[in-house]
Amino acid sequence: MIEFHDVSLGYAGKELLSGVTLKLAPGSFHFLTGPSGAGKTSLIKLCYGDLAASAGRIELFGEDLANMARDDIARLRRRIGIVHQDCQFLDHLPLDENVALPMRVAGLETDEQALYELLAWVGLSGRATALPPSLSGGERQRAALARAVINSPDIILADEPTGNIDWDMSLRLLRLLTELNRMGKTVLMATHDLNLIRAAKSQVSARVLRIQGGTVQLAGADL
Amino acid sequence: MAANPIKTIVLVLTGAPRADRVVPPSGHTATLTTLTAAAMAFLAVFALALSLATGRLADRWAGALAETATVRIAAPADQMAAQTQKVLDVLGTTPGVTSARALGGDEIKALLEPWLGPDLPVDALPLPQLVEVTEAADGFDAQGLQLRLKAEAPGATLDDHMRWRRPLIASAERIRFLGLLSLALIGGASAAMITLATQAALAANGQVVRTLRLIGARDSYIARAFVRRFTLRTLLGALAGTLAGMAAVALLPPAADEGGFLTGLGFAGLQWAWPLGIPAVAAAVAFLSTRAAAFRSLRSVR
Ligand SMILES: Nc1ncnc2c1ncn2[C@@H]1O[C@H](COP(=O)(O)OP(=O)(O)OP(=O)(O)O)[C@@H](O)[C@H]1O
Ligand SMILES: [Mg+2]
Repeated sequence: MIEFHDVSLGYAGKELLSGVTLKLAPGSFHFLTGPSGAGKTSLIKLCYGDLAASAGRIELFGEDLANMARDDIARLRRRIGIVHQDCQFLDHLPLDENVALPMRVAGLETDEQALYELLAWVGLSGRATALPPSLSGGERQRAALARAVINSPDIILADEPTGNIDWDMSLRLLRLLTELNRMGKTVLMATHDLNLIRAAKSQVSARVLRIQGGTVQLAGADL
Repeated sequence: MAANPIKTIVLVLTGAPRADRVVPPSGHTATLTTLTAAAMAFLAVFALALSLATGRLADRWAGALAETATVRIAAPADQMAAQTQKVLDVLGTTPGVTSARALGGDEIKALLEPWLGPDLPVDALPLPQLVEVTEAADGFDAQGLQLRLKAEAPGATLDDHMRWRRPLIASAERIRFLGLLSLALIGGASAAMITLATQAALAANGQVVRTLRLIGARDSYIARAFVRRFTLRTLLGALAGTLAGMAAVALLPPAADEGGFLTGLGFAGLQWAWPLGIPAVAAAVAFLSTRAAAFRSLRSVR
C-alpha cells in the first residue's frame, strides 16, 4: 500500500529523515510515535504527496509519487482519508457539508443516512449545522476524522486525531479506526498516547513505528 | 463556450451553483470586477463607434475622390484638338491615372445647363474642353502632372479641387486604427484586471484550496468555481456597460457624417449589432484569463 525505499527528507538543508525504509501492507494497522518534532507529521505528508522526498522513492498503491501529475495525486488522494494535525475546513460551509465534501469533490452522491450515522458515531449530531470556526478543538478533530472516512478510503492517515479529546471519546474514535481496519482498510495513526496504543492492541494486531534520530524503527512488543 | 450564446448565459446563470459553494462569497473583489467590466465595456462601445464612424467616412471620401480630377483646356479653337490630344497622351503615361476621357459637347452642355439654361448654343461659345481623369486608389503626383501638362499643352489646367480631402482620409483611417487599438488595449487591460482579481481571490482562499486538494479535488474542480464566478460577473458588468454605452451613443445629437466625424459618431443600421458582441468577448476574455490564472496559482499548492 505504502512503501518507502531509502527515503530522506530535509528542510532548508537540515536533514530530518534519512534512509527510511518501510512497508505498510494492505489491511495493516500501524501507530507512529516519537518525540515532538521528530517528524511524524512530515512522514505522513510524504505519504500523500504533500511533501516530496529529497532522496529515495515512495510508492502509494504501487505508483511512484515522484513527478506524479497533479491530477494523478488528486486521484490517489480520493482513496486516502487524511486527518491533518491542524484540521482545516471550509469555514463558510456547515459541518455536515464539510464532512460530506470528499463525496462532492469525487462527484459522488452523498448518502445522507450514512453521513448522519457517522456524525452520531463521532458525537457531532447536534453540531451538524455549526460552522467550523465555532467548533472546539476536539470537535474539529472528530469532524476531520469523519471527513477522512466518509469516502470509505483504502488507507487512513491520521495525524494525532485524539490530541484534544477525552479518554472515552478517544476510545470511540479508535474503535472507528479498528473497525475500518477489520474491514480491510490500512491505517497509519500518529499519536503520543501510549495508553491508546495499548487499548488498540486488544482490538487489532497493531504495530508501532517509532521515529527517532531521523530513522524509523519497529518498536518492540513491550508497549 | 457553447455555440449558442444564450445557452451559455443560461448555463452560467443557473448551472451547478453547488460547485460555486466550495469557494466563499468574495463580495468585494466580485463587485469590483463587475464595475470594472461595466466601465471597460462602456469605453469599448465608444472605441467601436469611433472605428466604425471613421471607417464609414474614409470609405465615402475615398469613393468620392476616385473620379474627382478634371483637366480643363482653354485654347484657341484651332489648337483645341491638338492640345486635347497632347493632354490625353500625357495622362496616358502618368502613373496613378487609370483612365482619361475627353468629354463630348453634349456632356459639357449637360454640365452647364443648370446654370445657363437649355438653349445654350454650345458650338458658338468658346467653352473649354474638359478631360475627366480617373485615379488609381493611391492617386498620382499632382504637381508633377501639372508641370508636364503645362509644358505639353499651355492651355491645360489640372483641376484638382477634391485633393484636399486626401490627408483627411489618411487621418480618418488613422483614427479608425486608433479606435481598433483602443479596443485591443481595453481587452488586454480587462484580461490583466481579471487575472489580478482571480489571483487575489485564490490567495485569499488559501485554506479552501489546501483543504480541497487534501481531500482529492482536481485543479479543474477548484478552478471551476472561480472561473464561473468571474466569468458571470464580467458578463453581467459588460452587458450593463454595453447597454449604457449604446444608449449614450444613441442619444448623441443627430448629424450627417458630412458634418464632421465627431458629430457623426455612432452606428449605422446593422452596425448596431456590433457592440452586442462586446459582452460575449468580455466573457470569453474573463473565462480564459481566470482559468489561466487559477491553474497557475494552484501549482503552488501540492
Ligand atoms: N515547512 C517546514 N519548514 C521547515 N521546517 C519544518 C517544516 N515543517 C516541519 N519542520 C520541522 O521539522 C521537524 C519535524 O516536524 P513535524 O511536524 O514532522 O514533527 P512531529 O513529529 O509531527 O511533531 P509533533 O509531535 O509536535 O506534531 C520540526 O523540527 C519542524 O520544526
Ligand atoms: Mg505532528
